[in-house]
Amino acid sequence: MSTTFVNLSSAEERRAAANAIKDQSQERQKELIAGYFSSLAQAKANGKKVIYTFVPGNLTELIANFDLLPVLPEINALQNGMRGRTGDFIHLAEKGGHSEDVCTYVKADIGMLRSGNVGPTGEPLPKPDALLLSYTGCFTFLKWFELLRAEYDCPVIMLHTPYQGSGQITPAMREYVVKQLREVVIPKLEEISGKRYDEEKLKAALARSARAEEDLVGVLESAKCKPSPIDAYFGGVYYIGPIFTAFRGTQEAVDYYQLLRREVEERAAKKLGPVTPEGALEHERYRLVVEGPPNWTSFREFWKMFYGEGAVVVASSYTKVGGLYDRGFRHDASRPLESLADYCMGCYTNLSLPDRIDLLARYIEDYEADGFLINSVKSCNSFSSGQLLILRELERRTGRAGGFIESDLVDPRYFSAANIKNRLESYFQMIEAKRQRV
Amino acid sequence: MECLIGIDLGSTTTKAVVLDGEGRLVGRGITNSRSNYDVAAKVAKSEALINVRFEMLKRALREEARLGETLASFEASLLAGYRLECFLGSLRRLEAHCRRDLENARFEDDRPAMQEALQRIFAGVEASARRVFEPGSVARSDFFRDLAGSSYVELAAQVARAGGPSFDRLVGVYDRNIIPVENETETRSFEELLLEAFAHVPAPLRGDERAIERLLREVSTRNFEVVRTVGTGYGRVRLPFPKDCIRSEILCHGLGAHLMFPATRTVLDIGGQDTKAIQIDDQGVVTSFQMNDRCAAGCGRYLGYIADEMNIGLHELGPMAMQARRRVKINSTCTVFAGAEFRDRLAAGQSREDIVAGLHRAIILRAMSLLARSGGIANEFTFTGGVAKNPAAVRALREVAEENYGKLTLNIAPDSIYTGAIGAATFALRDVLAAARQS
Repeated sequence: MSTTFVNLSSAEERRAAANAIKDQSQERQKELIAGYFSSLAQAKANGKKVIYTFVPGNLTELIANFDLLPVLPEINALQNGMRGRTGDFIHLAEKGGHSEDVCTYVKADIGMLRSGNVGPTGEPLPKPDALLLSYTGCFTFLKWFELLRAEYDCPVIMLHTPYQGSGQITPAMREYVVKQLREVVIPKLEEISGKRYDEEKLKAALARSARAEEDLVGVLESAKCKPSPIDAYFGGVYYIGPIFTAFRGTQEAVDYYQLLRREVEERAAKKLGPVTPEGALEHERYRLVVEGPPNWTSFREFWKMFYGEGAVVVASSYTKVGGLYDRGFRHDASRPLESLADYCMGCYTNLSLPDRIDLLARYIEDYEADGFLINSVKSCNSFSSGQLLILRELERRTGRAGGFIESDLVDPRYFSAANIKNRLESYFQMIEAKRQRV
Repeated sequence: MECLIGIDLGSTTTKAVVLDGEGRLVGRGITNSRSNYDVAAKVAKSEALINVRFEMLKRALREEARLGETLASFEASLLAGYRLECFLGSLRRLEAHCRRDLENARFEDDRPAMQEALQRIFAGVEASARRVFEPGSVARSDFFRDLAGSSYVELAAQVARAGGPSFDRLVGVYDRNIIPVENETETRSFEELLLEAFAHVPAPLRGDERAIERLLREVSTRNFEVVRTVGTGYGRVRLPFPKDCIRSEILCHGLGAHLMFPATRTVLDIGGQDTKAIQIDDQGVVTSFQMNDRCAAGCGRYLGYIADEMNIGLHELGPMAMQARRRVKINSTCTVFAGAEFRDRLAAGQSREDIVAGLHRAIILRAMSLLARSGGIANEFTFTGGVAKNPAAVRALREVAEENYGKLTLNIAPDSIYTGAIGAATFALRDVLAAARQS
């Protein structure tokens, strides 16, 4: 990436430039997501059928192949979390008998359902015509759909995804998934939609996916610049929004990622820091790699604890839950079902612990991070188990400062702001002390 | 004298230390954190500076007062007199607040009886304070609230039993008025207090009164120049000074422990509401840490609750546990459940000593889990925080640590409670030195 230094004379000018840049892609992202929720609200009126499915291992292009619309329950939960609605939903689910220890995404979803299934944007969500479980690495997903099946009495399409225990996808594993796609998933989707599977259409979609993926990687890797023009965690979750949800394989996604990439490259060329809710970050003090999902209920407050101290996340594992594109994977029109199979098995939480450690260690080196931080989430065993081992091993391997905080996805009760801030400040000061030592 | 100050604003107590320009520890001060952190920081700081003056005074007395064999008794008597004066000052303010409270309409029906009761109670508190502050006697606590409170409550119960106003009514007056008193600071100068303390010193010890009075005045008015103050602790964001003068308590405890025991590699700090496991390198720089979150189970307050439950002082708990003959296994470290757990065990016929020992072990086991998360225990191992003063907690820690990590050196400094403040003051000194180098 070119990094021509453009000297903007004042901080004010830099901020204005930053905001101008922010507006275009952020506005577009907002429009896309809002448009998606509107299309869901009107789905039944428009005669569209709906498939509930999850982000990791999602088969968006295949779903679109049958003109079906995907609903992503964990996106609803996190969007509701950001809008302060999940506390009540969780309370309602617990009242209905779900334990305090159950994944809070699940409880937020159940609670939303009990409150009339009105989605995060205030528009109603359609009932599912089928539930498509295309990633089984998270056992909670299985149980979640069991609950929804009981609720909606609709068919479940289940794709069993082998775990990447040995750190790679073998031909047998791929064949096993493709066979399921051919023999179970496609016929079922045909039956539900009343439409025939169209491989040419799928190939065209996958080609568009790959183009958007290429640009997304460009955006994420811009964080290798100093200063980083993006925050690859707090900003990153906005960037991954369209491609991780309903837009992979669409022209809208191709256009959005082109636009985003262009903007980010401009920021990098101008040596601008990431856009934060309070304008562009002017002084990058700490470069971090973060493991684990963010907290959604206090997202802004949580983010401020970072940018307030000049901390920028340069790489994160969470922004890879819907695809590890920076490791080279692309959806491939020349091997459509095979590449979908690889995609399903390639999601971050399907990696073995040593693989996750390798990936994070590489991020720490490649992005020249000062340290790495784990946000351990009570709700999510897929992410959280083994995180302390990851921490120890990364400390040993990289010698960089490791930090550990705890919060939750969407249960506001598990975000203790004072405690988290205290730990973060200690962590940043620890990095500073280590630096001075060197 | 140029000096640097470190303040550690904890959830239970606020500590301050003073370093001289060479980095030597010359004064310590501690107070309860109360409801107002600003006042707590101010009081701890002034206590630490008073401590410095007392040390200076001791030196001056040794060198100049020619008191001979009575020197030690003189010092003890002067210090006791000083403490008594401070206590009485607060007591008079408390009494004034309580009396003003009686003017409230809610006392319309029983005002004379309440006034009389307060008269008796405050006279009693003062009499007992005079006993508590006799030279050489050991107070149950260093804090006005604890000492005045326990004595007031005892006397209120007596007055109520003797047919006076009800106990609740009397204690209500105390509860309402102790907070404003704690948030006020002494109005008399150190010099005034010291001269009043001198008046309490018995005649045979007083030596050449005029010479000593001159000495007291001279030391009282020596100038301190506080070059820099660094604050730390849970309440540090409330400290009224700039951000660059505030450090995380993790870093301060790490550095403080390193300064006390340079071979330290692992630090455990158990404070009132948090437990910290810290790994440091050979320069006292923190390399990894873990602390409890969401829940303060197994922290110092847990022992505080148990002491309250048993109606004994917190510092009596450790010695009681040391008397245990059997080990009672207690799993829950939930502070809220502590009382129920304790009563349950008593009902099951177990002895107080054995149960209390079990509770100590339970909190140590919880701390072990945090230590493991931070990377284990490396030799040498330093234990800090208020709980490090508790012999039963120390014994349990030594046992459990060695069971898990083998033989190791466990350090506990007499100044252990000041570890964070010492780290903070040293950061202040380093900042000053770094600024000097830069200019």
